Amino acid sequence: MAEYQTSEHDVLVIGAGGAGLRAAIEASAAGVQVGLVCKSLLGKAHTVMAEGGIAAALGTVNPADNWKVHFADTMRGGQYVNDWRMAELHAKEAPTCVRELEACGAVFDRTKQGEILQRNFGGHRYPRLAHVGDRTGLEMIRTLQDHGTYQGIDVHMECTIISLLQDAGRVVGAFGYDRQRGRFLLFRARAVVLATGGIGRAYKITSNSWEYTGDGHALAYNAGADLMDMEFVQFHPTGMIWPPSVAGILVTEGVRGEGGVLRNKEGRRFMFDDIPETYRHQTADNEEEGWRYCQGDKNARRPPELLTRDHVARCIVREIKSGRGSPHGGVFLDISWIKERIPNAAEHIKKKLPSMYHQFKQLADIDITTVPMEVGPTTHYIMGGIRVNSESQMSTVLGLFAAGECGCGLHGANRLGGNSLSDLLVFGKRAGRFAAAFAKDHSFGTINTDQVESVARWALEPFDRGAASPADGEGPYRIQHELQAKMQELVGIVRSEKEMLVALEEIYKMQQRARRVSVHGNREYNAGWHTALDLASLLTVSEAITRSALERKESRGGHFREDYPNKEMTFGEFNIVVRRGPGGEMQVVRERIPPMPAELKQIIEEQQR
Amino acid sequence: MTSATFAIWRGTAGEGKFFNYTTAISEGMVVLDAIHDIQAEQVHDLAVRWNCKAGKCGSCSAEINGIPRLMCMTRLNSLPLDKPITVEPMKSFPLIKDLVTDVSWNFRVKTQIKKFKPRPPDAADGTWRMSQEDVDRVQEFRKCIECFLCQDVCHVLREHHLHDEFIGPRFFVYAAALEMHPLDTENRIEELAKAQGIGYCNITKCCTNVCPESITITDNAIIPLKERVVDEFYDPIRRLFRMFKR
Repeated sequence: MAEYQTSEHDVLVIGAGGAGLRAAIEASAAGVQVGLVCKSLLGKAHTVMAEGGIAAALGTVNPADNWKVHFADTMRGGQYVNDWRMAELHAKEAPTCVRELEACGAVFDRTKQGEILQRNFGGHRYPRLAHVGDRTGLEMIRTLQDHGTYQGIDVHMECTIISLLQDAGRVVGAFGYDRQRGRFLLFRARAVVLATGGIGRAYKITSNSWEYTGDGHALAYNAGADLMDMEFVQFHPTGMIWPPSVAGILVTEGVRGEGGVLRNKEGRRFMFDDIPETYRHQTADNEEEGWRYCQGDKNARRPPELLTRDHVARCIVREIKSGRGSPHGGVFLDISWIKERIPNAAEHIKKKLPSMYHQFKQLADIDITTVPMEVGPTTHYIMGGIRVNSESQMSTVLGLFAAGECGCGLHGANRLGGNSLSDLLVFGKRAGRFAAAFAKDHSFGTINTDQVESVARWALEPFDRGAASPADGEGPYRIQHELQAKMQELVGIVRSEKEMLVALEEIYKMQQRARRVSVHGNREYNAGWHTALDLASLLTVSEAITRSALERKESRGGHFREDYPNKEMTFGEFNIVVRRGPGGEMQVVRERIPPMPAELKQIIEEQQR
Repeated sequence: MTSATFAIWRGTAGEGKFFNYTTAISEGMVVLDAIHDIQAEQVHDLAVRWNCKAGKCGSCSAEINGIPRLMCMTRLNSLPLDKPITVEPMKSFPLIKDLVTDVSWNFRVKTQIKKFKPRPPDAADGTWRMSQEDVDRVQEFRKCIECFLCQDVCHVLREHHLHDEFIGPRFFVYAAALEMHPLDTENRIEELAKAQGIGYCNITKCCTNVCPESITITDNAIIPLKERVVDEFYDPIRRLFRMFKR
């Protein structure tokens, strides 16, 4: 019999980044008792890394902005395979969510009139990102964390959930372990919210930390929930590439929002060379106009550096592959050039982009106020995730909700910068509200002890194997590194059927190896053990990404296939869904996107003019 | 490729010692990279806490060659490599294992500080107006990444273990951010003076020196709070006023 501690919560929120915290706060405010599980310490989740800002049509900088423009921008950025209802709710509710954050103590940068300042960002027609320098995510998570601290939420830090527990299909709890002591924990809950973030660790070059192993995706999938849009992975165009130890660390899009330009080794601003038709009327065709836009000229159009992330990333890859890259295999991102345009440019850059200044100064010995940075694409975000009801955020499994990056629908084929933080607030809040309502209507279910025993046994097997054959067992790190390399190479920015079929075979082999992995030492804070358990989730999401990407025989947003380089109208009518089949095999199906109501269609048409 | 040797403190509360590990190093590496390599190649169960690896989350706090620093922001080329680089856990908190300490005390302390209490909104639509100038001052404090290095270095906690009487530099910064928040209407001065022990700080500025976010903790947060305490409790006129009020 496995030993474990049991705790009970009306609503259990798994994940304590922006979405999880917002869900926990909302559920708690609705009068139910909330437990919050963090894989790390409270306040360290990946939300702290978000730099640019929170997209919300507050209209403080340009009064022409409103929810309709934000909605149309989001749909265009997502190439129209978004869940249009989520995009509508998001655009309508984001401004309130930003103001609520201010009421909780967040201190945004201000306009001259004392209102919340908004900045330009890729794919957004107007300055729309409420921000705090380039550390908006930190401001957001700290504000929510501090607010939640006083609300009586039970926080379980450094806990990892390894399985959801079900009673006749409904999710009634979760099982996991605490990192510090390695003890098992059982959580009983009337409703569970997943807010576990992304899957970046499936790739070699990523801006994500160790935590982002697709836990929520895998937990939901194993519980029978649908995953959707898993082929859409966002490769952020600008990650650090040099020195090697920092490769992948994010360089905020805010650099480009503040006037930073991309150049190849010949000094050419290559982004002017390929402007997609859908954005041509919104995009500057000369450097002068682009600069005026960054300076706040309302009549100027955006510079092409602020095109959507999928497009910018591909243009960078094109330059590198054509031999026009920078010395370390990236391109140049230059903000220092603005000294030609404004006085005190160095001070301005340090004020607007303080984290970037320090990041390059400390990690790369580079002063971004005087020389260009070298950047290249980095795995940043997954648009796909747990398929949810647009209003309530409940998944296809009863009692299981999802919000934030591990959910899906809002972003379609490509997420706009700034739409993630607003996603966390809007849908975190909704998930919290509806989970609390669900909890009030449902009793605690019955825990299936057989399920608990089998999960516990599975979790401890790596130790048994390590003890049985201390010399020849394979450790988890090698498999993890190989998986990351294969996904990067075979299911990365540019994909093909041939390579992805190889990837599937490789993943299958690694799944077999992962079942035999062994670890040593004891259960206290044992990173090898944690890596061995995370590996199962990583392999599940890697398979889901690859199978979904094989099914989508076209190129759209974050998904680019060199064997099908064009966008196909027919594929615009579907989302790709994966679910677990009766024999445990991964099934891939096409689900038709419901027709968009006439009034939303009209908004999109009006905004195209 | 060259190599470097790291003397890493390993053990659990009460027992442990330094073990030497040699690993290959390359250009641009930071201490955390070396720890990860050692963990992946030599000791899988080495305990280390980390997240963002970009100096933004404040998880990988440790003492490197005796100085409290973030492992992810300490480049190897800034350290002498001719002798082993010592890496050990923070000293102000109970040890869990190897480089990981139990920092939960900090999360409990925060709840003792009265929460943000904004004035009523300025505009009919429920929003406030603040000038950037007023905001700048608290934004400095809100840069804090809660790495707790300031708590680690502070002698009141580190040597005198006054965890029950003193909240430490991190929470003076937190209190200052609230006290100087343009919208806040709460008063936290009495607790700062009494239960939270601001008087124990004798402004040696050790906390400011180790802050990875370069927050001028002592000058901008602690000293102004101390001044408010003095104004409130030791100003003779106010004292007189209080006596009559009773």
